[in-house]
Amino acid sequence: MDHEQSFELLPGYIDQELSLSEALEFERHLSGCEECQRAYQEQRQVSVQLRQAHLRVEAPAELVKRIKAALPGRRSLWQRLGDRFGQWSGGGSLGWAPVGAMVMSVVALSWSAGLYFSVPSSETRLTQELVDNHIRSLQFNHLSDVISTDKHTVKPWFNGKLDYTPPVVDLAQQGYPLVGGRLDYLNGRSVAVMVYRYKLHPINLYVWPGSDAGATPHIYEQQGYHLAHWSAAGMNYWAITDAGDNELNNFIVDLRAHAAS
Amino acid sequence: MADPVNAQRFEKLVLPHMNSAFNVARWLTHNDQDAQDVVQEAYLRAFRFFGGFRGEDARAWLLSIVRNTFYTWHQQNRGHAADTTEFEEDMHSLETSTAEHDDSPEAMLIRSQSQKRVHKALQSLRLEYREVVVLRELEELSYKEIAAIVGIPMGTVMSRLGRGRQQLAALLAPTDQEA
Repeated sequence: MDHEQSFELLPGYIDQELSLSEALEFERHLSGCEECQRAYQEQRQVSVQLRQAHLRVEAPAELVKRIKAALPGRRSLWQRLGDRFGQWSGGGSLGWAPVGAMVMSVVALSWSAGLYFSVPSSETRLTQELVDNHIRSLQFNHLSDVISTDKHTVKPWFNGKLDYTPPVVDLAQQGYPLVGGRLDYLNGRSVAVMVYRYKLHPINLYVWPGSDAGATPHIYEQQGYHLAHWSAAGMNYWAITDAGDNELNNFIVDLRAHAAS
Repeated sequence: MADPVNAQRFEKLVLPHMNSAFNVARWLTHNDQDAQDVVQEAYLRAFRFFGGFRGEDARAWLLSIVRNTFYTWHQQNRGHAADTTEFEEDMHSLETSTAEHDDSPEAMLIRSQSQKRVHKALQSLRLEYREVVVLRELEELSYKEIAAIVGIPMGTVMSRLGRGRQQLAALLAPTDQEA
């Protein structure tokens, strides 16, 4: 092995990427070659310096959050129910009554399935706008303008930005933590959006003054997202999420219970 | 595409490598915000292509997507983005090309002067050398994995690593004024 060939193998020797025979040949040349010895020392030194300099940069927490939120195709309701059912029939510990959950979901599903067919056409445009808005909020760095889990931070943030005060409640105890809020433009006006989360699924809650709907929430499905619409205390509410309709329904129940109290 | 089994597999195999993805993107872009954009885009792409992922090395697979995403971004931004001009700067312009990065959060965390010098030196390395050095020394990947990520033969990985280290050695030589 001549000098040229040996010199080429030098990085591989440092990184222990040479075959045994290559490594032995290289060592034989190295022992008699000053230039290779110097280069070896220098390169090895650089390698050590790089590893000691703590150059690795960790992903910022908000990026991790955002990517998780933006991933499409979160696990469906059926998938999660399948898991619970599998756990239960496998004889594992019974965390909570999966049979009851199944029954409830079937009830909720058939109830909402009935509603899917009765979406009023006047609202079709608005639901499409909501779905688009929801997707956009996930894709860009735009889920929240104010990021806070504290309602006393989120609520004042809207002051002066809107001509009304949206009710902001915290549902962390119920499993729907408040993540933040933002302003958005919808249905021809500025609206307040509160961002909640169910596990990893973001829930956008749009609120603006009016009483366009009844007090009973209607749940729709569009492009795989679940939407709900109702009015209470002079405010219109729209909630949208990629979580299951059962989860959305529970969210609304908790929200209404809190807003009323 | 919203196959729940696939989504679950993706979460288990690909999501845990976000630190690697960000580290590589950060060292390629020189900039936190751009690195975040690149990584986010890369993850969306990775999810889209995940059905075609058959290998066992999810990290290398993800990093190849991060790298491709970066190069697409780099070509689009080249020319009209003033803060990316240092990419093609040669290795001798160490002081001028890297001084403006000192206010980045991780730069402030760099404790000692020598660490700072190493940081600057690596930052000023030409892209084709920098990427293999980062993959090898920071991500500790094998030549085989690096070859697959960058799309070059293993022999080229070795020679680029050698050149990169040689240039770093020259930059870090104790003839520097700051001592």
